[in-house]
Amino acid sequence: MSIRGAAAIVGYHEIPTRRNYPGRSNWSMLAEAANGAIRDAGLRKDQIDGLLCQEGFNSLTVAEYMQLSPKYTQSMTLHGATATGAVSAGAAAIAAGYADYILCVMGGTRDPEAGGQQPGGFRNPQQMSAQPRGGGGPASRGTEWESPYGPVVAANGGYGLIKQRHMYEFGTTQEQFAKCSVDQRFNALLDPNAAFSGQPITIEDVLNSRFTNDPLHLLECVMPCAGAGAWIMTSAERARALPNKPVYVLGAGGPATSHDTIFMERNVTTSPVALSAPVALRMSGYNARDMQFAEFYDCYTILVMMCLEDAGICPKGEIGPFYASTDTTYKGGFPINTNGGQISGGQPVGGGGGGIKQVIEAARQIMGRAGPRQIAKNDLCLVNG
Amino acid sequence: MAEYRKPLPRAEDYPLTEPFWEATKRHELVIPRCKRCNLYFWYPRQECPNCYQRDQWEWTPVSGRAHLHTFTVVRQPQNPAFADDVPYAYAIVQLEEGVRMISNVVGCAIPDDLKVDMPLMATFDDVTPECTLVKFKPA
Ligand SMILES: [Zn+2]
Repeated sequence: MSIRGAAAIVGYHEIPTRRNYPGRSNWSMLAEAANGAIRDAGLRKDQIDGLLCQEGFNSLTVAEYMQLSPKYTQSMTLHGATATGAVSAGAAAIAAGYADYILCVMGGTRDPEAGGQQPGGFRNPQQMSAQPRGGGGPASRGTEWESPYGPVVAANGGYGLIKQRHMYEFGTTQEQFAKCSVDQRFNALLDPNAAFSGQPITIEDVLNSRFTNDPLHLLECVMPCAGAGAWIMTSAERARALPNKPVYVLGAGGPATSHDTIFMERNVTTSPVALSAPVALRMSGYNARDMQFAEFYDCYTILVMMCLEDAGICPKGEIGPFYASTDTTYKGGFPINTNGGQISGGQPVGGGGGGIKQVIEAARQIMGRAGPRQIAKNDLCLVNG
Repeated sequence: MAEYRKPLPRAEDYPLTEPFWEATKRHELVIPRCKRCNLYFWYPRQECPNCYQRDQWEWTPVSGRAHLHTFTVVRQPQNPAFADDVPYAYAIVQLEEGVRMISNVVGCAIPDDLKVDMPLMATFDDVTPECTLVKFKPA
């Protein structure tokens, strides 16, 4: 059964991504984003009967805090795919009749004093992992098979490993990766929600930025930030009665996976997008090349670029030359991450919250509300998490 | 010698993996191999991840010959206990038996001597009297 066109995004709200919001709690950030999205959709709070939340935030707690009583709820535990996974699950839930108006809300603060979360770091340097290992059950991440060898801070290590192999297999160059960062920064310049709004960079700036871990440069990585976003999904029929132009979900695929930690991936230069994108495209009735723009999860340049290949935007291994020859800014032939994505926009609260930047910007562009960054061909967008 | 402050496996807490760490102390590398499929697999689990047969695999000595599948050069470790070691190579190593594991490449200039797909050989680092880590050096 296809759910093509059955559901739509009908309103959204984004709290600007900043380094921090001192004194704000995660829950307060989520409530502000939710309130904004409900109002933007022209709805009342008591009409919300579905709730999808992010990894690490139990949706039962979120519902209680916001005094919501959803008849359908869950938290997506999908790392970076959490936000797009919520669109996929939300569209299916609308089509199935589980709920009529689903609130998707994600993000938070980085202030530990206010109940936020700080990424990374071991309190006890000999601490291994709280996860069961070996005979205790599955667990490859952060275990005795990784920790004794000194993993890189944050998620940088895995993406350094992927990028190194991509450069080796396909000849992708540092300049081509830098072009991705530079185009996205151009897109962020006019987005007041972006952490790096108004701060241009050049290819040389990227290449001269320090290696966080070779071959990854600092300006190819996200900056952990605070921020939040929310959107509302409803049926196509209900959407037509609401004030905003509906953003129809024409196809959805995934969430897909093939590994948790990178050393368990059989082909490190191919992402699970190779599994999910064909499902979404087949459902939509379009080809990848029919897409007019793309909003792709971007914790690191290598991830955006590898996933674009796996979605079929260009042949596998050719994303380097694609970037070199394509203007991917909002003024260009194939705009990508038209708000600067997360690398230039900032990443709200780790992987789980970061994908709001992609989902909300896709909706904003399709609704025609992107202001000075508005693209002209704004009907068909491929979004990845 | 200064106290070793980095994470160590605690094999006594996880009996399934204890033979691996007992072998490295003898400077031997052993990998789980299913008796039904004959496939090597990594990381160890109670059952073969291919055929799901439980307790039908055995720790099998391997040659230690490997290739450098990919690597990254660590300059900012997650764990501050590694701060004095930078830059060092954090790598995915592919054994000739097919399995891939995380390790460090040592015994060469970092990063200049590192090349994807270069041949490697297992080497054993007795980091404490109770624990030996398996690392890899250029072959
Ligand atoms: Zn088997």
